[in-house]
Amino acid sequence: MNLAYYPGCALHGSSNDYEQSLRACLGALDVQLKELDDWICCGATAAHSLNQKLAVALPARNLALAESKGFHEVLAPCPMCSMQLLKARKELAENEALRRSVSEIVELEVRGEAKVLNLIQLFESIGLDKLKAAVKVPLSSLNAACYYGCLLTRPPEVVEFDDFEQPRSMEKILETLGGKTVDWNYRTECCGAGMTMANEQTVLDLSHKILTNAKKHGANCLVVACPMCHVNLDMKQPNIEQHYGVKHAMPIYYLSDVVGLALGFEPEGLGVDRHFVPGVARSADLQVSTPDAGRKAGAVGKA
Amino acid sequence: MWQCVSCQTCSTRCPKSVDCAGIMDALRQLSFERGVTTPDQQRTVLFQKAFLANIRRNGRLNELELIGEFKLTTFLSGRSVAFLLKDATLAPELMKRKKFHLVGEKAHDRAVVARIFARCMDNSPL
Repeated sequence: MNLAYYPGCALHGSSNDYEQSLRACLGALDVQLKELDDWICCGATAAHSLNQKLAVALPARNLALAESKGFHEVLAPCPMCSMQLLKARKELAENEALRRSVSEIVELEVRGEAKVLNLIQLFESIGLDKLKAAVKVPLSSLNAACYYGCLLTRPPEVVEFDDFEQPRSMEKILETLGGKTVDWNYRTECCGAGMTMANEQTVLDLSHKILTNAKKHGANCLVVACPMCHVNLDMKQPNIEQHYGVKHAMPIYYLSDVVGLALGFEPEGLGVDRHFVPGVARSADLQVSTPDAGRKAGAVGKA
Repeated sequence: MWQCVSCQTCSTRCPKSVDCAGIMDALRQLSFERGVTTPDQQRTVLFQKAFLANIRRNGRLNELELIGEFKLTTFLSGRSVAFLLKDATLAPELMKRKKFHLVGEKAHDRAVVARIFARCMDNSPL
């Protein structure tokens, strides 16, 4: 597959643990990541909040860079990036005049033809059968709450991915890896997204509700496919616990962490040891299946 | 409208297909262009402004620079020492986890980024 990799700013910044784990798994699955040369920021919430033209032009420049190099597909593992790229792509595809003016603005011809994939879609296109065949350590002690957040499934007419109220794609991957998943209520609620610094109280409030609901439904970990969700649920978890006077001790894994663990990587090879809330200490801990050990497998460590 | 986290739930669930989240964006853009924000909304506006200014300079987000500029402009507008110092203890925690970059990445062709910004934001107060 002729796939370009658009990391986005988060994966080259404080969410570099996400990039570490996805590079490890994709390498093991024979997927070559070719990073898009001289990519720029997608503009994120700041662009669409302050300037409509920028919100189209910044992602459009990246689509044009991919197209000019002959890439047909772009992996954007951050849902903020992938949604911004897809939104620009849709607007450009529907409006030729816009396509012409944006091409002038970004100094490259933008066709808006390159497909944009999130990480779940990439695993689906690799094939769940291939993934299953590659499993070395079934995740039998995981009882995961799969958390989609906002932008993997919304807006549905832009991202055109899974069911926007009852998504199941991550659960299917977890089950392929030999893990169990819980039914719970907050799978597509928002964690506060990029408001971590600007409006911390909103993040604490929303993320606390998500963690509480996951725990109530018996989850021993959360699985996310978004760097912002990971920051709010993992890095801010000590603040949430302090603010609400509770102990969540809920490990937050990236989807690529659990895939990597099942493929036989040790946690430090995936950056799991760099999370704020301790996750499994050794991949072998994932195979213990008694309920008590299962709780431990969610969080072996200081938690 | 600056409280809105752009989660898109309202647009997705609206029985009349009203793009409420898009309306929020339009209102924020208008408010920003005209410089009309109430004091309690200032912090979010300052954050988004610092974010865009950072991209304009570097092409890619430099987290440390963003935090510095956001904290400084917030301090200058409200003089809250508590907010200025808040989260300072996070820096060593991020360093310990190799998630802290003193020097952030930059795009090579920053001139084109600056031209894209100039073309998009000709009447903008950024």
